[in-house]
Amino acid sequence: MALTLQMRWTELRVSSTLSDRTPLDQRLASGEILVADGAMGTLLFERGLDPGACPESITLAHPEVLEEIARLYLEAGADIIGTNTFGGCPLKLAAYGLADSTNEINTRAVTAVRNAVEDRAYVAGSVGPCGKLLTPYGDAKPEEVYGSFLRQVESLIAAGVDCICVETMIDLTEAKLAVRAVKDVSPRTPVTASMTFDATPNGFFTIMGVSVADAVAGLTEVGADAIGSNCGNGSEKMVEIARTFRSVSQLPLTIQPNAGLPHITNGKAVYDETPTFMAEQARALISIGVSIIGGCCGTTPEHVATLRAMIDE
Amino acid sequence: MDLLAEIANGVINGDDERIARMTRKVIDQGTSPKTILDDGLIAGMNVVGERFKAHTIFLPDVLLAAKAMYAGLDLLKPLLIEQGFPPMGRVVIGSVRGDLHDIGKNLVSIMLKGAGFEIIDLGNDVPPETMVESAVRNEATVIGMSALLTTTMPVMGQVVEMLSQKGLTGKIRTIVGGAPVSSEFAREIGADAYGFDAANAVDRVKSLFNVV
Repeated sequence: MALTLQMRWTELRVSSTLSDRTPLDQRLASGEILVADGAMGTLLFERGLDPGACPESITLAHPEVLEEIARLYLEAGADIIGTNTFGGCPLKLAAYGLADSTNEINTRAVTAVRNAVEDRAYVAGSVGPCGKLLTPYGDAKPEEVYGSFLRQVESLIAAGVDCICVETMIDLTEAKLAVRAVKDVSPRTPVTASMTFDATPNGFFTIMGVSVADAVAGLTEVGADAIGSNCGNGSEKMVEIARTFRSVSQLPLTIQPNAGLPHITNGKAVYDETPTFMAEQARALISIGVSIIGGCCGTTPEHVATLRAMIDE
Repeated sequence: MDLLAEIANGVINGDDERIARMTRKVIDQGTSPKTILDDGLIAGMNVVGERFKAHTIFLPDVLLAAKAMYAGLDLLKPLLIEQGFPPMGRVVIGSVRGDLHDIGKNLVSIMLKGAGFEIIDLGNDVPPETMVESAVRNEATVIGMSALLTTTMPVMGQVVEMLSQKGLTGKIRTIVGGAPVSSEFAREIGADAYGFDAANAVDRVKSLFNVV
């Protein structure tokens, strides 16, 4: 009896989520500017995550920390809040002996954010690289990598995410496999897909040699709902990257810069870009027509709050 | 000589099957293994290194070139040892304890092999004592350390410290690298060198061997 009630309650809650909230892709299509959250790892380390430990292990040990972080970003004004599942595909978790906990890690991470934000923000299931290089230059077969993403994404979607955020990708084939996995599990779940670029004398390329134009073509082909870049660059370079994306694509863009590039002071990583500086740079992103603006490494709830205030002005 | 240039080109194009075939052919023709290594495989990897440095090729091209180079190197190695050619130097390399990232470390490892060094790759998540022990046991004169995480960087300092405690400073040199690592950090912990990218790391290791 208790079980039935509990299940009913879950069903009710899921259906109310779907009916009360306009799906993310519709809001993107309307031209609205949405604010995404800032760093997860940076905040986890501040809260005692062991250096070198698996960031996803905290989900099993201290889910309340994830609720707290999600609440901070919600209060800062984020519309989209990510889950602590960046390394949550079984291929990546296997490096820590946690592949068997894939479902638990992804499900609990979604629950933690949902508990904190309820229906007041979109819960974005974070999917990062699997940590293996694909054939022919690496050993991982495409079907193995696809299968790994599929297992993660099935858990994230079953746990009730509003969208999936494929991020920090450097290999286009891998990024496409991740987006495909989402669309194969649930064609209606919106997917944002973003890659990490380096500035070279010949333009922006990922370490694997993917140009912005290649990324646009590939991610559009597999049906990503928003595309763009996160990590690897501070705000100024990200403005250039956004402009390059806009010159070759009309899809909604998602841009999440680092708070500059880190330097080390007293053994700690320090990111120099202030909330005000990043919010000022975000004006340029808005004029380019970027739809989702957030932060990556080194950004904090304060950065998000300042960005929110600027956009609401 | 033409065949050696073809081998170099095969490396550049990442054609491993062709490299194995060609290397066997020039060995059978009686060309010295040292010449095949220097004017074929290493010559090819030098071009790959230059192009990678200039951003005209990327990581996948380097990985494919490395695969091709190994196809030739595997055939040459026993012959080189038989004929008593020492490698240019022996380097122990690894990502430091707590760090599971190895793309950068692998790249440096490939480029060093391509430059003629003998590499003992300890993989990732390597404790400081393992680095030092391995260098001593294998008579390596350089330890290369990689970190992608700011949180694992301090382990590099522990290795430098451990070498000093064992009186090995100056006998075993250290080079550090990885996204968050800087020359200032290298100086701060007392490392002997810092490589800002894979190609630069090879240059710096070469200069370390000149002074050892």
